[in-house]
Amino acid sequence: MTNLTLDRRTLFKSAAALSFANAFPAWAQSGTHGLHPAPGLLSGESIALTVADSHFATGGRSAHAVTINGTVPAPLIRLREGQNVRLSVTNKLKEDTSIHWHGLIVPFEMDGVPGVSFPGIAPGETFTYEFPIRQSGTYWYHSHSGMQEAMGHYGPIVIDPAGADPVQATREHVIVLSDWSPVHPHVQLKRLKQSGGYYNMQRQTLAGLLNGKDQPLKDRIDWGKMRMDPTDISDVTGSTYSFLVNGHGTAENWTGLFTPGERVRLRIINASAMTNFNVRLPGLAMTVVQCDGQHVQPVETDEFQIGIAETYDVIVQPTDAQAYALIAEAIDRSGLVRATLAPQIGMVAAIPPLRARPLLTMKDMGMDMSGMDMGQGGVIDLSQPANDSMAGHSMKMLDPSVAPNVPMGPGVATLSSMPADRTADRPTGLEDVDHRVLTYADLRALEPNEDIRAPTRSIDIHLTANMERYMWSFDGVKLSDGADPIAFRHMERVRVTLINDTMMPHPIHIHGHFFQLLTGEDAAHNPRKHTVNVLPGGKISFDLTADALGDWAFHCHMLMHMHTGMMRVVTVRHAEDAA
Amino acid sequence: MTRLIAALLLASTATPALAQMDHSQMGAHQTPPAPQAPADPHAGHAMPSTDDSVPQGVAPPIPTDHAAEAFYPAATMARARAAMIKESGGMRFLQLMLDRLEYRAHKGANGYAWEGEGWFGGDINRFAFKTEGEGEVGGPLESAEVQALYSRALNPWFNVEAGVRQDFRPQPQRTYAVVGIEGLAPYWFEVGAQAFLSDKGDAHLRLEGSYDQRITQRLILQPAAEMNMSAQDAPELGIGSGVSDIELGLRLRYEFTREFAPYVGVHWERKLGDTARYARAAGEGTSATSLVMGVRFWF
Repeated sequence: MTNLTLDRRTLFKSAAALSFANAFPAWAQSGTHGLHPAPGLLSGESIALTVADSHFATGGRSAHAVTINGTVPAPLIRLREGQNVRLSVTNKLKEDTSIHWHGLIVPFEMDGVPGVSFPGIAPGETFTYEFPIRQSGTYWYHSHSGMQEAMGHYGPIVIDPAGADPVQATREHVIVLSDWSPVHPHVQLKRLKQSGGYYNMQRQTLAGLLNGKDQPLKDRIDWGKMRMDPTDISDVTGSTYSFLVNGHGTAENWTGLFTPGERVRLRIINASAMTNFNVRLPGLAMTVVQCDGQHVQPVETDEFQIGIAETYDVIVQPTDAQAYALIAEAIDRSGLVRATLAPQIGMVAAIPPLRARPLLTMKDMGMDMSGMDMGQGGVIDLSQPANDSMAGHSMKMLDPSVAPNVPMGPGVATLSSMPADRTADRPTGLEDVDHRVLTYADLRALEPNEDIRAPTRSIDIHLTANMERYMWSFDGVKLSDGADPIAFRHMERVRVTLINDTMMPHPIHIHGHFFQLLTGEDAAHNPRKHTVNVLPGGKISFDLTADALGDWAFHCHMLMHMHTGMMRVVTVRHAEDAA
Repeated sequence: MTRLIAALLLASTATPALAQMDHSQMGAHQTPPAPQAPADPHAGHAMPSTDDSVPQGVAPPIPTDHAAEAFYPAATMARARAAMIKESGGMRFLQLMLDRLEYRAHKGANGYAWEGEGWFGGDINRFAFKTEGEGEVGGPLESAEVQALYSRALNPWFNVEAGVRQDFRPQPQRTYAVVGIEGLAPYWFEVGAQAFLSDKGDAHLRLEGSYDQRITQRLILQPAAEMNMSAQDAPELGIGSGVSDIELGLRLRYEFTREFAPYVGVHWERKLGDTARYARAAGEGTSATSLVMGVRFWF
């Protein structure tokens, strides 16, 4: 496979992209040599950021954007563990803004969530965040106001460790994945409220049935009876989105340079509003060394799914002087973005075709049949009583007894009757690909967890929805319904189980804390995360030490799920105050 | 178990090194929590866990304070909090849709018809309106009705609705009270039923159903049916008791965008029973088959 062919059209487009180069911060410009030496980044103890209206264009489309210091993505902030930082944020928008430092352990009043941690930043005002840097790793920052993060208000943070970095690399690139649409996010949300499947252009059709595609007729009838759509993978899709790497679409071909033989560290951040991605570099194995800014024991893989707001640091070692495509594919396969790693700019590798759109299964509906004698030759007939092996298990799609604390109502269309722990499952759409795929169970913390006390309390939180009405909630209650905060005692150790009663993965994020995801019996090495993608119909558990006093946001990082109610305030108080 | 013990040992030996190199992660060097607070009447908010390996424990009471008020003015925080809560599920939306706006070609004078609806509100409570009517091209408007309704989500799939219906045609005009239910039935059938009681005391029932058969992502075949029933004769409106009329339609639309879809189709309607007798007496037909073309659009 030689990838040295220079495509005239690509060259032209690269040139065109370069002429707009000042629209990108230096680290995000195509053809960058990487972060050493660091080009045009913001560092030091005093950093000024200005949020303003601007325009953004990609793939021949252009629209209003919200920029920081004039660029999409926003500038790279590079800090060092142990320093203090003062970030003064000036709002030149006509509406409020804010910056949340995603994954940074900061005092709650510096966390940047309007209405929870601070009042927000009014137009014309400057707000100064100030906090010590107590950690290292790859993080990011984004608005927590008015869906601005869907319009460009996001950027990367890299924090170098105070001591030696256990990850050795000769070169590093930041890879910010995002989704961009010229349609304002408020209009997108309106469309989804008007018609839940508005952006799904990959539904099952009669033409498909006649061509033998997708589900056979009997399954279609079964699913139709339940009013469930097995193609409902993503809410907002490639039918409106351009997918971006460092602000570049496929045609603009963001290129990061390397010299053959180098260990190249890719700091991959999913800064999307609504898109989970499958990430791979055909022909290059990736060694995952960090997740959510926390070191993990190096593990080699060929592809991983990155939930919104997660970060993965991987090492690749290209030995040949050829171009490698970096492919980020939307999990519903409605589109992808290609970027390039190459020894010199202008080289391209083949773009693999989009793979077939996955179809959801009964497991994604919380009916895990594995290891059960189904009877009827494995065919699920919901109209029939369960056979003996299913005794004691509800086979209904909405049996209130499986979640007694979830009030039934218009916002809860389904409940997972037999949710499986899916941390060792390959994520949606990657079940059958013929190469290695990372699962959460592959992640083991490099540095042992400090707190491995057994939890003294356990809570379940149901992720609930009605796709037809486009309602999203925790425990069947939207935040706007007057939901109570989720209360913790300071330093309390709690086992939290997230049960996904919907057919969509949800990247769930807690502010101000890292939790330890239960992926194995070795509690000291369960991976620490700030965001966990809970697979459809499944559940995950994590142990949380409530070590950060204050009020914190807890929400699904699908922007429109959060804005339709899938959010809570988490409170952490001294036990004596709480009594 | 041995693995667990090993892990504990590993963790305890690793702690000093970690304290040097990594202050970051979990707020190190904090003391373990104080004994649990006594149970509180509000503690019922804790969801019982399905995890049997960990005690359910007792949730702390829900704090009544807001932590940020220690740093920012309470009134400012209250405004920000109200806005944040509203933006987390409390927003209102609007939809206006002309489901059918069509030309009907049939024997004799050609006609036109419309059917539309709209709503404004949140997820549960909405103001809704519906309108439908038809007439002859170049001739009189034969029927025209508008409904104004309060609509409330009943369960995941159905809304109940109540309000008024005003018929501007036929003459004499009538005003009805309306109660109804509409929603999505199993197998993706859109269905609705409405009962009407007029200011003259006559009662009627209307049943509607349709199904969108997706042929491709944009080409959609929609069979639809409507049936009207009456509890009594209303000769001044040309309606007899029992099933008064049936309409069947088959429309093939192409969604250039979701919001804009022209269509062609056939529409068949038949008056039955006494309603048909009234029509014949008035010199009108009792049955008509039309080729229709029109447009469906919404925003």
